[in-house]
Amino acid sequence: MPSTTTGRLRRPAALIGAALLAASVAACGSADGSTTAAPTASASASASASAAAGVLGISDPWVKAADKGMTAAFGTLVNDGDADVTITKAATEVSPMELHEMTMKDGKMVMQPKEGGIVVKAHSRATLEPGGDHLMLMNIAKPVKAGDELSFTLTFADGRTQTFSAVAKPFTGAQESYAPGHGDSPMPEMSTSPTA
Amino acid sequence: MTERTERSEGREGMPSRHGMTEGSPTGRAVSRRGLLTGGALTVGGTLAGAGAGAVAATRTDAPAVRPEPVPVAQVGDAVEPFHGARQSGVTTEPQAHAAFVAFTLKPGVDRAALGRMLRLLSDDAARLTQGRPSLADTEPELGLLPARLTVTVGFGPGLYAAAGRADRRPASVADLPAFRVDRLQPRWTGGDLLLQICADDPLTVAHAQRVLVKDSRPFAAVRWVQQGFRRAAGAEPGRTQRNLFGQLDGTANPKPGTPADTAVWVTDGPRWLRDSTTLVVRRISMNLETWDLLGRADREVAVGRRLDTGAPLTGAAEHDEPDFAALGPDGLTVIPDFSHLTRARVTDDRLRILRRPYNYDGAPTAEGHADSGLIFAAYQADIARQFLPIQRRLAERDLLNEWTTPIGSAVFAVPPGCPEGGWIGEQVLG
Repeated sequence: MPSTTTGRLRRPAALIGAALLAASVAACGSADGSTTAAPTASASASASASAAAGVLGISDPWVKAADKGMTAAFGTLVNDGDADVTITKAATEVSPMELHEMTMKDGKMVMQPKEGGIVVKAHSRATLEPGGDHLMLMNIAKPVKAGDELSFTLTFADGRTQTFSAVAKPFTGAQESYAPGHGDSPMPEMSTSPTA
Repeated sequence: MTERTERSEGREGMPSRHGMTEGSPTGRAVSRRGLLTGGALTVGGTLAGAGAGAVAATRTDAPAVRPEPVPVAQVGDAVEPFHGARQSGVTTEPQAHAAFVAFTLKPGVDRAALGRMLRLLSDDAARLTQGRPSLADTEPELGLLPARLTVTVGFGPGLYAAAGRADRRPASVADLPAFRVDRLQPRWTGGDLLLQICADDPLTVAHAQRVLVKDSRPFAAVRWVQQGFRRAAGAEPGRTQRNLFGQLDGTANPKPGTPADTAVWVTDGPRWLRDSTTLVVRRISMNLETWDLLGRADREVAVGRRLDTGAPLTGAAEHDEPDFAALGPDGLTVIPDFSHLTRARVTDDRLRILRRPYNYDGAPTAEGHADSGLIFAAYQADIARQFLPIQRRLAERDLLNEWTTPIGSAVFAVPPGCPEGGWIGEQVLG
């Protein structure tokens, strides 16, 4: 059902780890609305400006359905190449986006923009999942309804881009929200019971 | 990747009915689980072997498509197809456990929303039936043993109305007429959408039900759930199922092959009807307390069959033709006119129904009175042509009515299957 632009992975690698549980109490580190991720030099040696073929294999992408506010996209990124690949930006039509990670701060798991972007090492995979790295939709302009297909564009450190689509799943976990004092104004909490 | 995952990968993309039909299952299954079940195999091996022989011997009497018997160690890994012209879970050899989950669509759920819902449910089913966790599965480990899981989707009359597709509703998919014997309770009756979830493992059924209900929540409310069971996988291979009265149930099912095709499936017509079928789900309460008052001979007369073999009272084997004219010493017919066998009798293959029932067994009352019965599930191409005439005859004069009471009833169209990348209902809603 979810279409991917590159080689389809037959099996989700992820048996989601214990970090999942932390998601419900997670908080976010920044709310300035722009990514602070800086491109790094570790990107692919290939310097082609835009990639027709996919840079990464993307399997089982999905986005959490929500009526308003924030939500997030997840999936497994596979780098079959000989060089590390760094995602520096993600974009979608319905919302500004950030690349986020979960990290321990003052004894609590908090969500924050991922410095340097999301790196997928050569010949390895990175899993974007609740409680871990994710593609954050900061404030959706319209409901992301269960079963919707959303198109996303990833931009890599070398300037290449890749699009993929992800289906919206009803999902009550992944309730990351901004911690008080970390943003200029609290963002709406992620919706837990999207309507049809 | 875990060892379990690697083994599963071997069967992906296989169109076969079982995970075991390709490669060397025994070679592949040298695993932790294999070691764990090794002891049980040693104990049960003889019995399993005897069972396999019995299946071969009775193959010609098989009521439905009969897969090869599944060795006990392979029950968890066995796979039924999801994609195809017709939905699985109909002529599929009945699995040991079932959950029938009926939904009421929420107000405002239209054709577009139904399309989104059914894409999600189809994707869940496509993955889970093949032993892969669903997308965003919160308990992915529970998605790894398919145990012949099938998820069969049915559309109630209300779904066609909500979708603005009343013109595509099979004519016979409408509320059944009221029958004299009915004592229908709203809690077991009706429904806009049905999921029949069947597998040889109850935990697999529970997980699939959880996943599918979660993905349905934005669109629909759970209306009723009926959970049922038959013999465990491999316990009695090839045998007609027994209900909690101890009767064989489903002897007269259509045989595999062409007659079954035309009895169960719609074989022509527009794309939303071809390869579809219909399903009647009736919850039949069985009064074990009053049944207990009957002697064995009376029980057999009520059914018209022997309880042990299922043979008609005029025959010796389950599938012997009954002789309705044969007279007993008392001058009365051996098989009485009011017996279940007589009333349910169908001779035209096109008029047969495919009975695919499950038993239910609730907790007894404080007095020890049973809450038992049958989730009667019948598949047929046309409810009006096939099911209703039988049901009318039974309601009118079936001695079994003395001990059975229909307490729930629902009808569904079972739309055609879908190819890989498609979704159930696309021919109806697209």
